[in-house]
Amino acid sequence: MFEASQLNIRNRKVERLWGLLFLVMTILLILPVLVILGVLIYKGGPILSIDFLFTEPKDGMTAGGIFPALVGTVWLVAVALLASVPVGVAAALYLSEYAPDNWLTRVINLAIINLAGVPSIVHALFGVGAFVLFFRFGTSILAASLTLAIMTLPVVIVATRESLQAVPQAFREACWNMGASRWQTIRHVVLPNSISGILTGVILEVSRTAGETAPIMFTGAAFFLPFLPQSVYDQTMAMSLHLFVISTQVPGVPEAMPFGVALVLISMVLVMNAVSIAFRMYLRGKKKW
Amino acid sequence: MVTAADRATSVARPKVEVRDLTIRYGQKIALHNVTLDIRENEIFGIIGPANSGKTSFVRALNRMDLFTPGMRVDGTIRFDGREIDKWRNVYALRKRIGVVFPLPVGLPMTIYDNVALAPRLSGVKKRAVLDEIVERCLQRAALWDEVKDRLDSLGSLLSGGQQQRLTIARALSQDPDLLLLDEFSIAVDPVTTMRIEDVLKVLKEEITIVLVTNLVQQARRLADRTAFFLMGEMVEIADTEDLFTRKTEDERTQAYVEGRFG
Repeated sequence: MFEASQLNIRNRKVERLWGLLFLVMTILLILPVLVILGVLIYKGGPILSIDFLFTEPKDGMTAGGIFPALVGTVWLVAVALLASVPVGVAAALYLSEYAPDNWLTRVINLAIINLAGVPSIVHALFGVGAFVLFFRFGTSILAASLTLAIMTLPVVIVATRESLQAVPQAFREACWNMGASRWQTIRHVVLPNSISGILTGVILEVSRTAGETAPIMFTGAAFFLPFLPQSVYDQTMAMSLHLFVISTQVPGVPEAMPFGVALVLISMVLVMNAVSIAFRMYLRGKKKW
Repeated sequence: MVTAADRATSVARPKVEVRDLTIRYGQKIALHNVTLDIRENEIFGIIGPANSGKTSFVRALNRMDLFTPGMRVDGTIRFDGREIDKWRNVYALRKRIGVVFPLPVGLPMTIYDNVALAPRLSGVKKRAVLDEIVERCLQRAALWDEVKDRLDSLGSLLSGGQQQRLTIARALSQDPDLLLLDEFSIAVDPVTTMRIEDVLKVLKEEITIVLVTNLVQQARRLADRTAFFLMGEMVEIADTEDLFTRKTEDERTQAYVEGRFG
């Protein structure tokens, strides 16, 4: 009575086949990541040292370290965040909590999706036109960071809006029914319960910003500049551009060097992602409903 | 000649006056042409089977149509003599109306904060005052004894029945003059329901209560007057005892309260 019929056996075989197929696809997916990391560590690992991180490049960038680029990337990311997070979170709050469902809102949503699809080199040219020339910031950290900010705004908006909308509507209605205004409801119920998702989105944005090259190439990142920036009006070196430069533009760079730079850059990104994942897990553990 | 009784009725303006109220969701009519008065300090029962427009009625009273997509309200509702869609400050209106819906909503904050939220939003800051409000409201919602030792734990982690009583406590914490209860007892056990019902009988000395219920016997126990809604129409409205002792006219009402349909 409980013996497997022909159909059961066939179903089980098909089931295994599908499972195997998906497993193979997944392995194919993570393979490139593992290979990249492996090669970087193998080839770039030996050059890494405290000196490499904390001294400036020497001998036409064929020796020395990457300190100005490291600091420059931190500047660029920090200023970009200062610009994009307030604007992005405010826009997401408007779209999620205030905007009526009409054609204008739909057009705005469409625009945000399209903004996310604009190639980064187009953002770069926009940055040159708008920030470097029109606002007369010159090629500077400010211009480069604002270009990065505009490029990452859609990501911040979408991530924030999604975490806001993950807060159940019943919580808002309960609050409104007590006579709370929209802002009071946001302040007391919506934000406290979506802040983890918002912060996660912001951290992921950091990791993306750190790696961008095109948008900063014409707007503020310098080919070679062995000094640390003093203000947002200075130019600066940056990790991503430095990697591009020593890989393609400068003769006589030791082979290990570009791999070392790439390894540092990818480590920064991976550390940020790990922080973001750990943070999310911590806050999810504290999830209140 | 104007008698004292006439003067009394003209002075005692109804708490809520509803005239020709029609509620639509898109094309669908949820409630059609309802006219009724809710008197000060009464428990006004509304009974009727599912889909009869009871909940829509409650939502319209609190101007929830403002945040319910597709909901359209026609006709007039006066609250204390003022048309509610003419209130410039809808938040002030909602502060005076407490609402409890069938599904409990424990906000993801502590039990204390759940109940203290409404007073805090109105600007109450003194801890002693808040303490007093929290204890009084939880007492009235028959929840105090169960949670008094853990007011700092999360309201959203209470059991369903406890969350519902927390929701009731929160509605009371606004110090409303009108309390709208929509199937409040659906998630609450019968013994606790009785305790809350006893509280409601006391509360009506101070405030007006609209009690929407599927339990016709609950309406009979509590309501001074009861309206019977059916398929978006108000069939009739009468003193509760008359409704339950076959003194009213409409056949459908009798059939419903005696459990022959619905």
